[in-house]
Amino acid sequence: MLNRRDFIKTLGATAGVATLGGCAGGASKARGHVVVVGGGYGGATAAKYLRLWSNGSVDVTLIERNTEFISCPISNLVISGDKALADITVSYEGLRKWGVRVVHDSVLGIDAEKRTIKLEKGGEINYDRAILSPGVDFLWDQVPALKSADAQAKILHAWKAGPQTVALRKQLEDLKDGGVYALTIPKAPYRCPPGPYERISVIADYFKRHKPKSKVIALDANPEVTSKKGLFTKAWDELYKGIVDYRPNSELRDVDVANRTAILEFDKVKADVLNVVPPQRAGDIVAKSGAKLANGRWAEVDWLSLESVNAKGIHILGDSTLSAPLMPKSGFMANQHGKVAAAAILNLLAGEAPNPEPFMTNTCYSFVDAKNVIHVASVHRYDAEKKTLIVVPGASGVSAQRNEIEAAYAIGWAKNIWADALA
Amino acid sequence: MNRTIRTASLAALVLVSGAAAAQDPNFTRNLAATCAPCHGTNGKAIPGAGQVPLAGEAQETIASRLHEFRAGTRPATIMHQIAKGYTDEQIKQLAAWFAAQKK
Repeated sequence: MLNRRDFIKTLGATAGVATLGGCAGGASKARGHVVVVGGGYGGATAAKYLRLWSNGSVDVTLIERNTEFISCPISNLVISGDKALADITVSYEGLRKWGVRVVHDSVLGIDAEKRTIKLEKGGEINYDRAILSPGVDFLWDQVPALKSADAQAKILHAWKAGPQTVALRKQLEDLKDGGVYALTIPKAPYRCPPGPYERISVIADYFKRHKPKSKVIALDANPEVTSKKGLFTKAWDELYKGIVDYRPNSELRDVDVANRTAILEFDKVKADVLNVVPPQRAGDIVAKSGAKLANGRWAEVDWLSLESVNAKGIHILGDSTLSAPLMPKSGFMANQHGKVAAAAILNLLAGEAPNPEPFMTNTCYSFVDAKNVIHVASVHRYDAEKKTLIVVPGASGVSAQRNEIEAAYAIGWAKNIWADALA
Repeated sequence: MNRTIRTASLAALVLVSGAAAAQDPNFTRNLAATCAPCHGTNGKAIPGAGQVPLAGEAQETIASRLHEFRAGTRPATIMHQIAKGYTDEQIKQLAAWFAAQKK
């Protein structure tokens, strides 16, 4: 078992460097060991900011099964062929420089009573506070034919960036001109509300440039486009007439894997490339932790600290949470969750109450073709009466129109948020 | 900064704002961190990435830009929406905090 003393020994070499990186706030009174599970936008940010804001006085272990961070935002441009996987891949070395102990392992379980986490390879770890930021897992029961690994290798989701992203790109490259690509979109809430609409847009752009006889069919379980509706539908009308066929109220019931056919309630849609974004819930480890889930899917948290409403000492971030009103499941939001949780945990470890007035901001940029982008943005503040975050009145909106300036900002945003979380 | 000075400046902030005495000592640090996904950790944006760095900029410049964004008098793609999220006092706090960061 890794205890605090071993942890400090392991850190020896880097701890001196890490403390130099602190801000002007001076020494922190917080002491203890925080274990973060999941090194995505939420977990990586929380790990870095716990070290930054404690001036290195709090020990942080990050458990992450992948050896590199691969970004979901911008991954649709890998699928359209406009970017490579290397462009959206970031090393975990930057976090090690902050003194975060990065362990590549899988978590088997967490015991909230004993405050221990069991790893697949690395035994057990004690913690004072734990952060779970595992993103989403898929509800395969709702798409029964896709339960097997074999079926999932044929009908891709590409809703977690990595090998699936590259595999979907390959399927589109292999598609003949005149072929059909179909995407199924689950009922909200799901990870990245505008993501499916961005995906069909940039794939339509790829078809327009390289396979102009090909078609894109979107089968959306929702009654309408769930994010940036006006801007997306305008782009489809103006840029992709005759290419994009958007069908609302088209919920997937199952899939015929061999025939690449989406089975709906009253209809069947055959495609050459069928891409299924399955319905989702909080990551498995959240479900296993005993944390209270709304509808068996999303973790209910105290928005002052992101602590589970029932599993004490366990803070849950990002897509796994039951979102506050108008709060999307986005990488940007997970970053903000990570910072509110880090600040609250440092207060709690110092014997103080969390900041009673947390703020969060969100911006989601979406490409509608390789050069034009649209955004949605909002500022959220804690409302003590409602005990949740609400959008500050007036502080939200979307782009006036699609434009090239925001395409540069979108890429700049990606570089800055990757550095904010990981460098 | 030593504790005495920090406590004194905090007391000053409370006096100026008339805000509840319960404001977290790190309120401004936390609020400023919401800007970092675009403007970089502590306002140090990646050079050349397109976003304006805020660290070490003049307090008055940051504050007046935010006021202009909020009023809609400064051209913007997104900041006219985001700036509406902050009160006069919060704009003052953010500007002071970023101005105090090393470039």
